[in-house]
This record gives sequence, C-alpha cells and structure tokens, in this order.
Amino acid sequence: MDAPEARYAPPPGQAAIVEALKRGDERTFSGLVAEFSPSMLRVARTYVSSRAVAEEVVQEAWLGVISGIGRFEGRSALKTWIFRILANIAKTRGEREGRSVPFSSVGGREGEGEAAVDPDRFLDAGRWAGHWTSAPSRWPELPEEQLVGREKVGVVEAAIAALPEVQRTVITLRDVEGWSSEEVRNALDLSETNQRVLLHRARSKVRKSLEGYLDGVQT
Amino acid sequence: MSDQQLTCEELVEIVTEYLEGGLSDAERERFEEHVVVCSGCANYLDQIRMTIELAGRVTIDDLMEETKIELLAAFRDWRRE
Repeated sequence: MDAPEARYAPPPGQAAIVEALKRGDERTFSGLVAEFSPSMLRVARTYVSSRAVAEEVVQEAWLGVISGIGRFEGRSALKTWIFRILANIAKTRGEREGRSVPFSSVGGREGEGEAAVDPDRFLDAGRWAGHWTSAPSRWPELPEEQLVGREKVGVVEAAIAALPEVQRTVITLRDVEGWSSEEVRNALDLSETNQRVLLHRARSKVRKSLEGYLDGVQT
Repeated sequence: MSDQQLTCEELVEIVTEYLEGGLSDAERERFEEHVVVCSGCANYLDQIRMTIELAGRVTIDDLMEETKIELLAAFRDWRRE
C-alpha cells in the first residue's frame, strides 16, 4: 500500500518571517543573520581553507538569500533553503581552492576504526571479558547557572576544536546549536548512519577529554 | 552471563544510537537491562548526557560586526530597488 505523499508543512511562523523579508523588514533580516550565521560559518569552514574565507562565503550566501527571497515559495524550510545556498557557494569556493573532497566519503573515513573508549579500559579475557577494568566515575551534577562550570565548558570547547573537521561540524550543529539529525543530514548531505557515526565519535572524544579533566584519567 | 548480554565495551559503542532512538526494541531493552545492573555503564551514560549538556553551553564563532553591517546595508539597498 502506498502511503500518501507526505506534504511539506513549513515550521510555524515561517510564512510570517518570509513575508517580512520580502517586505524588506530589517529586524527580521538581522534576526536571521544573528540566528543562522554561527552555524553557517561552521558549515562553510568544512569546505574552505580558512576562517576568513568562510566569512566571505557566509556573506555571499546572505547576499544570495537577499536576491533570491522573492522567488522563495516556501516548499522547503527557510533554514534548509538558506543552508543549500550556503553549501553551493562553499563547495564552489572550496573547489576553486583545490580543496574540495567528497563530503560523505571524508565523513565516512573520519568515523572509522576508532573506539569510543580506550580498549585498555576493558578486560580482554575470561568470564568478564568486555567489562570495565576501571569503571567511569559519577560526575558531580552540573549547576543550573550558566556562569558556573565555565572551566568544564572550556574543556568541552577545546575538545570540540581539536576534532577532525566534519566531526566538529556535526557535534557543533547537533549539540552546540541544537539542530535535529535530519537538519544536519540535509545541510551536510550525510546519510543517517554517517551522521550518527560522526556524532558518536565526536561525543566519545569530548567525553574522554572531560574525563581527563574531571578524574585526572590519562587519555 | 549469556551471549545475549551486552558487554560494557559494546555498550559504549551503541550509546549514541540509544540516545538517537535508533535501536530496535530488543536492543534497547538489552541496553537498559545492562545499565540497571552496571554502575560503570550507568555513569558512562550520565557522562555522555553531561557532555551534551556542556556542549550546549559553548558559544560559537559569529560573523564580524562589520560584515553584519555590510549585510544590513545590502538588504536596505535591495529593498530600495
């Protein structure tokens, strides 16, 4: 039995935002620039060689949004549309820099052959093979206030910065920016498995860094 | 211990799939049964959750102010056309 084709429903409030943009409402435009640009920079950075070029790519993408908004018909999410423009510009720019590599294959390779936890942490023989030799400890609860625990956030930030490019992009969009896995897959053109493997490797490594910091465990 | 049970070493590799809701019902059950009896893995799961929460407190790089100003000017020009 064929399911009826799912009809795309834009997120609530999108029509009003698009209308405001078409009308030339500056606050709406500035709001979108503020909301999306950090993620756009991160995505652009996976295609081009430097932070400075990424900034140019994002700027160019917004100019593309301005000139194209009149033709936007709301058949996809505005966010998806904006990130498609961004990805096209970033890819072209990356190719011109001779840097471009097929995204999903890089993503695949970045995820392979790494254990989430050092194999030495598990028994390798006997009845309890595969069980912890030194079990993870219980970490103190995080304080509610955002200002407390800045050092831990700093450790996480540094660990994310040290990740391979695509893993860093995936964890930034998912866990720092709070995107859904579907949004990340669309923006980066990744398969479901690939996205999950990249996120898994990234989170595992960041956890490991935190463990090193909190428990003094050598990583 | 039957072969059906997850080892800790296996569990840490499917923790993301668990959190993403990607496990089958049977796999999820095996996962949860393990965590109930293994404090090391229960702590590990908490640590991953805390890692995600801390990542949510990281602020990320933004456009330079002058770029934002240029973009707003471009938007104004477009509106005037």
